[in-house]
Amino acid sequence: MERIGKISSIVTPLDRPNIDTDQIVPKQFLKLVQRTGFGKFLFYDWRFEPNGTPKKEFVLNDPKYTSSHILVTGENFGCGSSREHAAWALKDYGFDAIIAPSFADIFYNNCFKNAILPISLDKKLSADIAKSNSVVGIDLKSQTITYDDKTIHFEIEPSRKKTLLEGLDDIAITLQYESDISDFEKAHRL
Amino acid sequence: MAQTLFEKIWDSHKVIEINGRTLVYIDRHLVHEVTSPQAFDGLRINKRKVRRPDLTFATMDHNVPTSNRSLPIIDQISATQIQTLEKNCQEFGIKLFDLHSQYQGIVHVIGPELGITMPGTTIVCGDSHTSTHGAFGAFALGIGTSDVEHVLATQCLVLDKPKTFEVEVTGKRKNTHAITAKDIILSIIKKIGTGGGNGTVIEYRGDTIADLSMDERMTICNMSIEGGARAGLVAPDEKTFDYLKSRKYTPKNYDDLVENWRKNLKTDQGAKFDKSFTLDASNIAPQVSWGTNPAMTADVTGSVPDPAEFAGGDQSQENAAKNALEYMDLKPGTLITDIKIDRVFIGSCTNARLQDLIEAASIIKGNKVSPGVRAMVVPGSQQVKKAAEELGLDKLFKEANFEWRESGCSMCLGMNPDVLARGERCASTSNRNFEGRQGAGGRTHLVSPIMASAAAIAGHFVDVRELV
Ligand code: SF4
Repeated sequence: MERIGKISSIVTPLDRPNIDTDQIVPKQFLKLVQRTGFGKFLFYDWRFEPNGTPKKEFVLNDPKYTSSHILVTGENFGCGSSREHAAWALKDYGFDAIIAPSFADIFYNNCFKNAILPISLDKKLSADIAKSNSVVGIDLKSQTITYDDKTIHFEIEPSRKKTLLEGLDDIAITLQYESDISDFEKAHRL
Repeated sequence: MAQTLFEKIWDSHKVIEINGRTLVYIDRHLVHEVTSPQAFDGLRINKRKVRRPDLTFATMDHNVPTSNRSLPIIDQISATQIQTLEKNCQEFGIKLFDLHSQYQGIVHVIGPELGITMPGTTIVCGDSHTSTHGAFGAFALGIGTSDVEHVLATQCLVLDKPKTFEVEVTGKRKNTHAITAKDIILSIIKKIGTGGGNGTVIEYRGDTIADLSMDERMTICNMSIEGGARAGLVAPDEKTFDYLKSRKYTPKNYDDLVENWRKNLKTDQGAKFDKSFTLDASNIAPQVSWGTNPAMTADVTGSVPDPAEFAGGDQSQENAAKNALEYMDLKPGTLITDIKIDRVFIGSCTNARLQDLIEAASIIKGNKVSPGVRAMVVPGSQQVKKAAEELGLDKLFKEANFEWRESGCSMCLGMNPDVLARGERCASTSNRNFEGRQGAGGRTHLVSPIMASAAAIAGHFVDVRELV
């Protein structure tokens, strides 16, 4: 997996709470059998009119944000369906980090499998960053965000941090414990 | 030390700690066509095998047609996804209940029905409503596709231990036909919010829960994820053990297992939960959602709220409620019973088991679906369909002009041809009223099965307490 260390770009503000994965990738796009190419479906019903023309007022359609790699959004981001397509779409579109007051659990977990850094920050701070008009810098190693001449710290669980910094393959790690799994299986039968 | 039921299951499935996280053994893995193709691809690329095909079960449900099964699938991309699952199951030696199997159905309906779901086990599926299986006292959770691949390859999952959340439901329901399990869980989510359970496993407790049938407990556990919880569970009891007694995959040593479960699978006296919430079920009304998430719900006797009042000072919640009303094309103050509907969907892993269909059918005799309304009944599985037909429910529904269809997820998420048209308004027994969930631009109101069939007949929502 790709490594994630430093990210710097302007931020895309999307101020809505409870954005669900049906919004992130509507289900009509879940029929592909690959992992790639979902970026064009990201926030589809918010981005496009029914006839396919872009909706001017939607933030992702503002040319100012085309080079943004950081999404700042509302609480409980990624709730609803477990579809990893949501993470694939965000990554494929170009987002490497998402800042929100809170995340839904399955989505949060899916981020780490796809080289996306989810950062939970308190409501006020994330709203403050959302307002920033200049480049915001995220450094995973030092767990800091720099914006508007301020530097703040964020929390992340150490093994999760390691996964992103080193681009680790979870399955390969688990398979190193093959004999523990076999022992467990012998003792536990159901 | 006194432990909760969840903690006991967690402890008995710990393989080892890795960097502060836990490698948890998975007893049962359920697979369906939408979230698995990329996982099987990953196995192939890395030349990995499925570790325990004998603990892995697959079916196709999300995008299968619910019309005549002898016809080919028209949507080519859906057909590809279904063929891909067939191919993958064959290649990796996984048991598949395909479109023509008498056991096909929604993955969370067939798991318990076939006795794949067992108390005290860990169960995963690439689907958030895996929480349904918690009704049997299992730790059952939804996972993403990368984790599906992880479980296929290792039969384990790397997890952080969730917190525990006690949701106690007490009090006798005044009318057990009109006030259903769906109304209980919608009332809970209305109070705790869609993120209220984040990071937790809920244990539903209290005499009201003990009184519920297994079908009803599944409805409750199913929607745990709508309250943000990782999983939901109910301690198993005699009803649980009876239900699973002679199912297709019930283990041979079942009686011994039961004896053990009876002793161990419960929260000890004095065990502490990280969080608690209590609901009094004696004074709840039938629920109808008015917004675009399952916490935006009102009593059927109430009205569409004013966004500012609903939000209680929280600006982003107020904006969300305004957006919701705009999307739903509703005005504050409108009586719920004045909302007219175009479509009715009775189905999904929340409410398409036999008891749900019996309740929905109980009020339709001698009535017809209101002119201009299109109503569908989609049984949760082929087994449910068969049992319902043995009771003659199909005839009742058809005589009243409901469509009687083949099993699958259908309009719960509208990946197959069963979708709402833009602007159509639907009374739905499913679990999510998100924007576009049942079809781009479609409007969903979540209700119980009996509320849905009453709405089909009246053409608008009605308080079913007046009918039963
Ligand atoms: S019925 Fe709906 S919620 Fe249940 S598994 Fe199917 S799509 Fe998901």
